[in-house]
Amino acid sequence: MSLEIFDLTGKTAMITGSTKGLGEVAAVALAKAGADIAVCGRNRENLEQVSTSIKALGRDSAGFYLDVTSKQSVQEGVEQILKHFGKVDILVNNAGVNHRVPVLEFPEEAWDLVINTNLKGYFLVAQAVVPQMIERGYGKVINMSSIFGLTPLPDQLAYSSSKGGVNQLTRVMALEWAKQGIRVNAVAPTYFETELVTQIRNDPERFKFINERTPMGRWGQPTEIEGIVIFLAAPASDFITGQIIFIDGGWTVW
Amino acid sequence: MKRPELSLENKSALITGASGGIGGAIARNFAAAGAKLFLHGTSAEKLKSLMDELKAEGFASGAKAIELNTPDDARDLVDAAVRDLGKIDVLVNSAGINRPQKSEDVTEANWDDVLNINLKMLFFVTQAAGKEMIKQGGGKIVHISSQAGIVGLPLRAAYCSSKGGVNQLTRTLALEWARHNINVNAVAPTFVRTPFTEKMFEDEDFKNYVIDSIPLGRMATNDEVAYATLFLASDLANIITGHILTVDGGWTIK
Repeated sequence: MSLEIFDLTGKTAMITGSTKGLGEVAAVALAKAGADIAVCGRNRENLEQVSTSIKALGRDSAGFYLDVTSKQSVQEGVEQILKHFGKVDILVNNAGVNHRVPVLEFPEEAWDLVINTNLKGYFLVAQAVVPQMIERGYGKVINMSSIFGLTPLPDQLAYSSSKGGVNQLTRVMALEWAKQGIRVNAVAPTYFETELVTQIRNDPERFKFINERTPMGRWGQPTEIEGIVIFLAAPASDFITGQIIFIDGGWTVW
Repeated sequence: MKRPELSLENKSALITGASGGIGGAIARNFAAAGAKLFLHGTSAEKLKSLMDELKAEGFASGAKAIELNTPDDARDLVDAAVRDLGKIDVLVNSAGINRPQKSEDVTEANWDDVLNINLKMLFFVTQAAGKEMIKQGGGKIVHISSQAGIVGLPLRAAYCSSKGGVNQLTRTLALEWARHNINVNAVAPTFVRTPFTEKMFEDEDFKNYVIDSIPLGRMATNDEVAYATLFLASDLANIITGHILTVDGGWTIK
């Protein structure tokens, strides 16, 4: 019985920024739960590699070039995805970048890049993908946010601002599309041990700070994102919308 | 490929308030997910019929029908569960009452009844079960809170106060017990149609107020609350602690 409410067989999911990091883990997780997967990103070699590994799990998968900062690229990418799969039932907005410098030194170009990727990109992709969900009266949008949307750290000006924006974007979309059967939620992770944060992981002082800041005393392991992503994509969460779900070992409770 | 599942195989769970609508649904879903159960409820009759139903489907469980009035009652309940199950991996606190009344008319007895069951007894059951979990080296605790812990609801001064307390209790216990590998989370539903709430909805105005306040346009089902509880009780939620998982169709984001 629990299989049924947690099953994604016959569903198509697209995940932006899924050529590496947590995006790739989310794509593989949704595939494990039964979904066919549109892998999206900018690195053509990685697109091929990730979609091939998902096909090996027995699902349909293909890679699609998608630059979320360009409306044209988003439209073209989504068109190709719909041509290949016929529909998208689950959208995971995940593509993101970070730039860490103090506020007084923060370059305008870096601000624009972070906000345009992490916040405007989510809006552009949702606007392109959700109309065909509304036509069918059912869809799931999962926005990858961060603990920094609620509890910021120094040097995270643009990133924290973008994630705070993602949380409100999530709530507005949830409200607007509730009557059309679209559920929109966000996942807010702490630091996860992916290759993208190896530099921080290898800095003993920061590694220690993060462990001590976290009640559970540790970082997230990449596969620990699987459960929440499948849960929010699956029928088990059909009454949950507009929520920011923290997967943070307790970081934000104090 | 290991498919992530909402499984409680080899887990033992104590569920309070199992003679109610939400608690009963949690018991059925936990049993289907493979858990061994020990059920508490105030109605011996309803508990027995639930036990018979579970037994007919091949699920065994123990039960104790008592009123939870004092910390001794709470300890007795946990002792009985440990004797029956041998261990407690999961505790779900779903016992609760609501006595809607105008704030200017709320009596001390009414206030004490609501706060005693919803907050004080919830704490002392958790304290007793927590001691067992610390000895065992870990566990999962899920409180059934309410959206009433997040937003105000008319005529429910004591109820809202008790649920706000449950949410803060959830965060505090999550902090204190993270080092013992105990995850403490809450599920916060909106109105669910149960015998407990049926009377409230005889009032058409109140029913319309509730439906109009929920963006998804309907109330939650008992199962939908149970699915979120099952997710938080499962190993898929190992990195989640101190979180209030709201199952409200969007009520609290408006």
